[in-house]
Amino acid sequence: MAIVGSGVSDSAKYEIVVIGSGPAGLSAAARAAELGASHILLEASDQLALTIQRYQKGKHVMAEPGFLPLRSGIEFDAGTRENILSNWEQGAAKHKVNVAFRAEVIAITGEKGAFEIETRRGQRYHAKSIVLAIGLQGNPRLLGAPGQEADFVQYQLDDPDEYRDETIVVVGAGDAAIENALALATHNRVYIVNRRDEFARAKEGNLNKITDAINRGKVQGLFNTTVKEVIHKAEDNKPGVLLLNTADGEVRIPVNRVIARLGAIPPRDFVEKCGVQFPSDAPAAVPELSAQYESNVTGLYIIGALGGYPLIKQAMNQGYEAVEYIRGNPIKPVDHDLLAKKFAGLPFDYDVEEMLAFLRNEILLFKPVNPLRFRELILESNVFCPPPGDVIFARNDYTDSFYYVVDGWVEIVVDEEKDTRIRVTAGQFFGEMSLISGRRRSATVYAGEFCVLIETPRRSMMRLINSIDEVKRRIDEVFMLRAIHSQFAPNSDLSDLGELISSAELRNYNRGEVLFAEGEEGDELHLVRRGSLTVSRYINGRDVVLSYVPAGKYVGEMGLLGNIRRTASVRAAVPTETVVMKSGPFLQLLGRDPELKTQVEEQIRQRLSLNSRIEAGGEGGELLSFLMAQGLGEATDVLLIDESLCIRCDNCEKACADTHEGTSRLDREAGPTYAQIHVPTSCRHCEHPHCMKDCPPDAISRNASGEVTIADNCIGCGNCESNCPYGVIQMAYPGNKQPSVWSRILFGSEAKTTKSADAQKRAVKCDMCTSLKGGPACVRACPTGAAIRTSPENFVDLIKRGG
Amino acid sequence: MHTGFLRFADAAYLKVSIILSLASIVAYWWYDPLEPANGGTWLGFTLGSIGAGLIVWLTLYGMRKRSYRSRMGTVQGWLSAHVYLGVSLIIIGTLHTGFQFGLNIHTLSYVLMLIVIFSGMWGVVLYARFPELITLNRNNLTRHSIFREISELDRKASLLVEALGSPIDRMVITSIQLFSVGGGVWSQLAAHDSSKMMIPIMKGDKRQWKKVGNSQQAYLLDMLAQQVSVCRDPAISAVLQELSDVIRTKSGLTGRLLKDIRMQGMLELWLYIHVPMTFALLAALSAHIVSVFYYW
Ligand SMILES: Cc1cc2nc3c(=O)[nH]c(=O)nc-3n(C[C@H](O)[C@H](O)[C@H](O)COP(=O)(O)OP(=O)(O)OC[C@H]3O[C@@H](n4cnc5c(N)ncnc54)[C@H](O)[C@@H]3O)c2cc1C
Ligand code: HEM
Ligand code: SF4
Ligand code: SF4
Repeated sequence: MAIVGSGVSDSAKYEIVVIGSGPAGLSAAARAAELGASHILLEASDQLALTIQRYQKGKHVMAEPGFLPLRSGIEFDAGTRENILSNWEQGAAKHKVNVAFRAEVIAITGEKGAFEIETRRGQRYHAKSIVLAIGLQGNPRLLGAPGQEADFVQYQLDDPDEYRDETIVVVGAGDAAIENALALATHNRVYIVNRRDEFARAKEGNLNKITDAINRGKVQGLFNTTVKEVIHKAEDNKPGVLLLNTADGEVRIPVNRVIARLGAIPPRDFVEKCGVQFPSDAPAAVPELSAQYESNVTGLYIIGALGGYPLIKQAMNQGYEAVEYIRGNPIKPVDHDLLAKKFAGLPFDYDVEEMLAFLRNEILLFKPVNPLRFRELILESNVFCPPPGDVIFARNDYTDSFYYVVDGWVEIVVDEEKDTRIRVTAGQFFGEMSLISGRRRSATVYAGEFCVLIETPRRSMMRLINSIDEVKRRIDEVFMLRAIHSQFAPNSDLSDLGELISSAELRNYNRGEVLFAEGEEGDELHLVRRGSLTVSRYINGRDVVLSYVPAGKYVGEMGLLGNIRRTASVRAAVPTETVVMKSGPFLQLLGRDPELKTQVEEQIRQRLSLNSRIEAGGEGGELLSFLMAQGLGEATDVLLIDESLCIRCDNCEKACADTHEGTSRLDREAGPTYAQIHVPTSCRHCEHPHCMKDCPPDAISRNASGEVTIADNCIGCGNCESNCPYGVIQMAYPGNKQPSVWSRILFGSEAKTTKSADAQKRAVKCDMCTSLKGGPACVRACPTGAAIRTSPENFVDLIKRGG
Repeated sequence: MHTGFLRFADAAYLKVSIILSLASIVAYWWYDPLEPANGGTWLGFTLGSIGAGLIVWLTLYGMRKRSYRSRMGTVQGWLSAHVYLGVSLIIIGTLHTGFQFGLNIHTLSYVLMLIVIFSGMWGVVLYARFPELITLNRNNLTRHSIFREISELDRKASLLVEALGSPIDRMVITSIQLFSVGGGVWSQLAAHDSSKMMIPIMKGDKRQWKKVGNSQQAYLLDMLAQQVSVCRDPAISAVLQELSDVIRTKSGLTGRLLKDIRMQGMLELWLYIHVPMTFALLAALSAHIVSVFYYW
């Protein structure tokens, strides 16, 4: 391995320069070396694969997805972090990969055949082609002061016990800075530098600890202070000096070490500066790439996490393939055989590439999707030919995948009683309602003749919708049409709805935002398509919640019937999207359809009678407000404990631990209580589970009966744990054997987990005991009936009960 | 939304229990044995068998409660049945004796049974009252967060005393060190606060430190009040006031904590009569059955 020194520019012109030495970049560089291409691998840090280096010690790294073979000159299989890193180092040495460390690339200019690459230390490299593989972790924000690249300035702290009797300045005011300062303070003299006068961004626990440490003089706190300069000159036996601007003037501190914890800068800005385009502004967007991983900048290839592929194996395969493509070898992608198998049963005489092209052409929705994403989408999807009459999904199922009709047709039952069906034919899609609302299927779908379908999982669809605006727009259009049709006019012709639909629009509301307020004038009707609303009135000087409106229901109907002064306020309980309709065209529809008119009148009557009951009932409305404030507006199934019945025996937790490898997935005591109703810390199986957002192996899913569960292919990365806003996911060791009933009775044995060397921590949370026939063990084990699981629709019972 | 175990399934087991009891009474009243009423008549034998069966089944509740995978009803249903059928044993068991009591194993079994039953009824009363009181007393805090708040108050107090100097600082610090709640079963149930603190005593011109009780910080609060009243320095006085506020809050939290410990203790303690007496009952019952058949 060659290491290029600071400031030296490299006059050679490389055939391939690979940027970033993660699994993607390393695999690319190794392939280049194997093929004898002149190359260099530029890595910002001083180690290979910084992201992997930063995993916790001893972490078991998984090789997901299992079905995908590995294609790389570098070895990779599931194993400990240490094993994998040492394999990679050996692999790099074996292939004589040419690496330059501490070479953070800050600019790419030029064009195919003549790129120029500049690093932070001022070196320049020249390349014909570039493979960009810098991942998504971003680069640490730098000190932003002269001298910041000194050796004794670091942006990370692996093991605080490594340092003793040093003078260390930690710069930053977030949790990482505070945790580092506290950990180092046991054996060192530690300063913490904060630009402001308080630690506003830190967690409560850290805030207390650091305030305490500063008050006790264990850590020296420097507030309203910025770094002026890092001086590379030894003083007092220390390698350098830190010059600070404080409120009382300049301060010099001779230091052994400066640790800057100022957060990370996401790589997008840098990538855009290189000329690469993103299809949308959404943070989840990934750059446009060709089937050969080439970006819109010809000669610049993007692979790995940065290209939208979140797993190590995918990243390594792409590294290999990208280099082959650069060298002009049109190899078949490694997933070719998998796709061939997928397409095997279909009634089309095409090979894999032809089939992909055909599908992309056939289905309108896919027009804006680039070939690479499309291929991935199909790989994640299921292609099948159901026999006529088969149920694709049934009304009230909790499935949430999305379907396209490739050939033939399906029939959607829009009116159960009259068995009114509409036909969805080749080129169209269905299943978008549940995808958007996160709720049960609103209709049953039957296969028609010659039916060929593609079924895409929710996760893949969401990724697509979030990154390509055009796909979102097309789905939204169809959604509005069908939602209005099935909700208000299942028996009228679509053409009758033209005006209503063209006057309708989509609106987004943040949590707590008001759609309309009591006393206001307004005649718009809102159909909730995602999220949920609360309806409240001002009673005795307080805002009292009267009801909860889930996705699929509508509000504002009173305005339609002439009563344009709103009688109640409506707010978003969680982030919510509604379809807004104007009263004019809607009234025309009512005029034509007497049945609909009675239906709307009936809803108004029910709502009014419920409202008056609550107003008389007292506490119920406040209880409902409380529950909504706990975020239960987005729950589908929630554990509620009536504390006036709960004898605090914790049999619920014991039952959970016993049936779930020794770790209770609920924390009975934690969580708030109002009017004796307690919301313990336990999964609520959200309509749009936040936990699913960022799971690299897609291990989290919702099953047909509605439970959100985590499968065995969890890699233990902890993303879901931090994404769940309700703190219900834990990382835990499994415990295989639980004590028997007898040892519990005789010796009081408790549930246990194993912690052996090869055990791997995994994400665990409530799975509603799907594997037990009887239902949730916690509820079944509660002696007094204090614990129940219920859904927000039933909260109305609470109100009727008056508390 | 929630239904307690007493109202489980519209109190179906209450109905079963009433029917069973009435049937036993009617049978007892109607049946006229040749010999004096006792467990040896066919009715006595029948009632005895039902009773013994019930006792064994009532004991099995402890197993069902811990069989977390069991699909045999819910624990709530079992408890509902346990409670109502358990009470019906008073009638079934009493009629089984035929009112023949003496100083023997038979009567011992009967007495043990009544102890278990009445302790159970006491348990039900506790289950009905205490949960709600515990919540009200907790005031949305967990026990853990109460402890955390107390240690936060201690931290504040120890920073405040730095401005005061001896001997108040030492008194406050020792009150923190010698803070103690909980302890043995008895002090838990008595809501006993065994916290102490050290105070200086002048013996001639020598100063000695003596330990005194500081239950719910009362002693310390008195000390502080007295100090405030004699303090002439407004700055020091302000600090003393602030310190008093902190200690008063701590005293309030301690009160809550003690009450919480006491009530949770009460919710469990009765089981320490109910369960051991159950095992004593099972032993006595076995002896009773063996001896009856042996002498038959
Ligand atoms: C905690 C955790 C656990 C995970 N566990 C697993 C697992 O078990 N199995 C699995 O398959 N995946 C796992 N993943 C995902 C996996 O780490 C990533 O998918 C993978 O690292 C992506 O590889 P990459 O090469 O694209 O980017 P990275 O691995 O992020 O590598 C990027 C490299 O580029 C360097 N770099 C960045 N910017 C520059 C620049 N400007 N100039 C030069 N170099 C630069 C970085 O220092 C880094 O070394 C996990 C992720 C996390 C966070
Ligand atoms: C001879 C009769 C009875 C026997 C043998 C018996 C036995 C038991 C046993 C073994 C337990 C399990 C304790 C544990 O494992 O935690 C128990 C619990 C209990 N029993 Fe009884 N019992 C009897 C009668 C009663 C009666 C009459 C009542 C009430 C009226 C009653 C109320 C309870 C209650 C409330 C519990 C605690 C439930 C819990 O916390 O899980 N028992 N009993
Ligand atoms: S784990 Fe959290 S985010 Fe996921 S479904 Fe449960 S409560 Fe919602
Ligand atoms: S099992 Fe029921 S009574 Fe016991 S702690 Fe849990 S909710 Fe409370």
